[in-house]
Amino acid sequence: MATVQPLPVRAGRGTELVLLVLALAVGIGAYVLVGIGTSGEVPADVVGYSIGLTVLSVGMHVVLRWRAPFADPVMLPLAVALNGVGLAIIYRIDIGYEAAGKEHGFAGRQLVWTGLAIALAAAVIVFLRDHRTLRRFTYTAMVVSLVLLVLPLLPVIGQTINGARIWVRLGPAGLQPAELAKITLAIFFAGYLVTHRDALALAGPKVLGLQLPRLRDLGPILIVWVASLGVLVFERDLGTSLMLFGLFVAMLFIATERFSWVVIGVLLFVGGAALAANLFGHVQARFDVWLHALDPEVYDREVGGSWQLVQGLFGLANGGLFGTGLGQGRPDLVAYAQSDFVVASLGEELGLTGLFALLMCYLLLAQRGLRSAIGVRDGFGKLLAGGLAFVLAWQTFVVVGGVTRIIPLTGLTTPFVAYGGSSLLANWIIVALLLRISDDARRPAPAMQVLTIDDLPDPDEDDAVPADALPARTSSVAAARPARTGSDEDAHGDDHPTERIGGVS
Amino acid sequence: MNTPLRHVAMVVVGMFLVLMGGVTWIQYHQAGSLNADGRNSRQLYREFGGPRGPIVVAGDAVARSVEVDDDFGRQREYPEGELYSTVTGFYSIVGKTALENAENGVLTGQSDQLFFTRVRDLLTGRSSEGAAVETTIVPAAQKAALEGLGSQQGAVVAIEPATGKILALVSTPSFDPNLIAQNDTAKATAEYRKLEQAEGNPLRSNATLETYPPGSTFKLVTAAAALENGYTPETKVDSPRTLRLPGTSTDLPNFGGESCGGEQVSLADALRVSCNTAFANVGMDLGVDALREQAEKFGFNSSELTIPMPVVASRFPEELDTPQTALAAIGQGSVTATPMQMAMVAAGIANDGVVMRPYVVDTVRSADLEVVSQTQPSELSTAVSPQTAAELTEMMVGVVRSGTGTAAQISGVDVAGKSGTAETAKGVDPHAWFTAFAPADDPRVAVAVIVERGGDMGSDATGGRVAAPIARAVMQAVLGS
Repeated sequence: MATVQPLPVRAGRGTELVLLVLALAVGIGAYVLVGIGTSGEVPADVVGYSIGLTVLSVGMHVVLRWRAPFADPVMLPLAVALNGVGLAIIYRIDIGYEAAGKEHGFAGRQLVWTGLAIALAAAVIVFLRDHRTLRRFTYTAMVVSLVLLVLPLLPVIGQTINGARIWVRLGPAGLQPAELAKITLAIFFAGYLVTHRDALALAGPKVLGLQLPRLRDLGPILIVWVASLGVLVFERDLGTSLMLFGLFVAMLFIATERFSWVVIGVLLFVGGAALAANLFGHVQARFDVWLHALDPEVYDREVGGSWQLVQGLFGLANGGLFGTGLGQGRPDLVAYAQSDFVVASLGEELGLTGLFALLMCYLLLAQRGLRSAIGVRDGFGKLLAGGLAFVLAWQTFVVVGGVTRIIPLTGLTTPFVAYGGSSLLANWIIVALLLRISDDARRPAPAMQVLTIDDLPDPDEDDAVPADALPARTSSVAAARPARTGSDEDAHGDDHPTERIGGVS
Repeated sequence: MNTPLRHVAMVVVGMFLVLMGGVTWIQYHQAGSLNADGRNSRQLYREFGGPRGPIVVAGDAVARSVEVDDDFGRQREYPEGELYSTVTGFYSIVGKTALENAENGVLTGQSDQLFFTRVRDLLTGRSSEGAAVETTIVPAAQKAALEGLGSQQGAVVAIEPATGKILALVSTPSFDPNLIAQNDTAKATAEYRKLEQAEGNPLRSNATLETYPPGSTFKLVTAAAALENGYTPETKVDSPRTLRLPGTSTDLPNFGGESCGGEQVSLADALRVSCNTAFANVGMDLGVDALREQAEKFGFNSSELTIPMPVVASRFPEELDTPQTALAAIGQGSVTATPMQMAMVAAGIANDGVVMRPYVVDTVRSADLEVVSQTQPSELSTAVSPQTAAELTEMMVGVVRSGTGTAAQISGVDVAGKSGTAETAKGVDPHAWFTAFAPADDPRVAVAVIVERGGDMGSDATGGRVAAPIARAVMQAVLGS
């Protein structure tokens, strides 16, 4: 009888603490350097600031030790480092804007939002003991998503800012519901797809080597396509629509393993966008700006010109390889230097090297998320983690690519770094969910010596497993999991025939 | 689902590689052209914000950066006002000219010459400062030139013949660079426009960027060609009162229709009294090619000279028929020269026939007083043989001793000079020229002066009367300093 020797798994909380110290050093160091770079003095409030940031981060760390001891040890430090650098650059832009007599005071508000966001992330870890609980809310999540997407279009609370109607004003706080919608949509997609993925993957005609889905399975996808184009048309927000569509295409691909979905998705979106470009001036203008940014005629255009984008390029060029140093560039010359163009601000003061480091942080964060998706055992968790990790990377790609003219510029926020409460809240919730899933993925299974290969049904043929084999699987799954998950089995365990045992393949 | 997840992971890596490529493209490959883009205000902000090095004349900063309380943080200041404006130019939001432009790289500290200074500053954490540009200008000479020209329009260039050091560089009307160097864009632009449209365009340096018919000062070049081609100072030349130009019905008169002292005069006497008909004959005898070759040896027809400000080319035309050659030989017709060029002619003769490359930047010194670069004198060309130079010098001494240039005499010093009174058009007063060097036996300064359209004397002006006193004052200032 062969025994499976589980690899010793290190919880990694110690590693996390060490990395967290580094991340705090980056964030606080950047904050101090901004002070020195702009006024030659260490910011007066640096002690309070450091304590605040440290308490928040270490608090989150303690929550993880308590509620998710096996969570990925790299994600939290990455998020803290990014958030810290973001706070520093926003503080720096505040100083520049203040000197120029423009609206400022973003850093203070961003710090408040950071506190709220990390507290919310901690709450998610504390109260969401198992991510599979979320699967119960698949259709609730869909409804919430649609509401969130439609909110900005409602009178009174909906607001149009800079031509995009993506804001909701609730008292003093402005929110971009679409940022939160990406989470609820990911939950909906994960829940929907884990149930319907076989139908989407296997049924339907084959054309030119591509397995096409059946028309009726296409229904929900077409609804989402229409919805994301609706965002584009009615809310004039190319970025959000691109983000949501990317999320959906990626999750469809993960669920169905069918490349055809990617092709269909890209074709649908490109077609829709091309149509929109022809029908709507603002989309057309975006393409013009993208392709002919330095053209004087486009640059000088009063409305929808490339002035802002080109100012960002000037900022990036000014930074060069090593940057001007924090506090020593002129990021304040760019409009929205603290939000949409924060990447240009960072590129100017930290240079090519700094941006690479920043991009590596995002890449690592996304990869750790995908790693958790691969590691976690249930299909819903895989889809959710995969989708959330991808949307983080995708959003970064869309916004950084827009600023660097790889793709047309869209109004998305740079995760964790850009000024904006909704964005911070949403991304910290994403990190919390990924941490929660990673805890499940990395949690060592109890010794499984009772199981042998012979005892297990062939994972590749689980659809062929006769119904009377199910009890055996249930028991084996239960044995493979910590006891606490046993109580959740009814909700989301084997109600679906494609749920595989030992999904780690 | 793990296979597609791994694919997605690879796609994510691919996306970030694309982003890194995009960032590299902009921050590395395109950075140069983006930084140089005229619409990029950062360059200006960066330059203004950084401590720009001073421009120094004889140990004093005549252009310096001062801290001001505005968006830029610094402003350029010119303590001597208009005195050095032809040398320094201005540095402002609306642009930069002269040394402020030509030496911008070292003044801002961005020049490759200062690379090691920058690296060291980076390592030691010191903020980079621009380097100081020390000029060759002699304040007394500069003042004498500006005062001599006064309200008249013109230019003065003084050169140390042995080295090519520019000792004075003045163009009038002058301007006060402080007016344009204001940080208020609207005010600076308004002042700039005003100066740009002012009579005589004060912003343009007559000394280096304007060409004039050199008139009789060009006879130095014709005489040099003659001496190099078998003439001696004693060679007799036909010198009628008027000369019918071959193949035309035009009579070339001497200045004021006077005689040159006989039907034939020696080459030396012809130069002394500036005899037009004699030099026209010499020119026709030598032919256009010999004249042009000699002119080019002095620096004509070359647009490559920078001091480091660019100097426009003085022209001796390619193709000339015989009557045109006769006119060219006396510096009329289509021959044109900058004051800088005529100073180089005098300096070349003064320096045994060798024209030194003129320069105004002596030393570039980093903020910690280390020498970054020092200009070494270099030969531009050999214009004439030492013997010809000596003969020409003797002839020019005659001009000042008892010819058309007596107003340039300095007691106790032999001065060698040549006047010029250049006709431009009928009804327009002639330009008054004087070019000279002193002392004749050991020249320390060569000078060229032009006063446009007769200056204060109008139609009565001659080079000897109007320009020679200015040349004398400048030479005296150099010799006395």
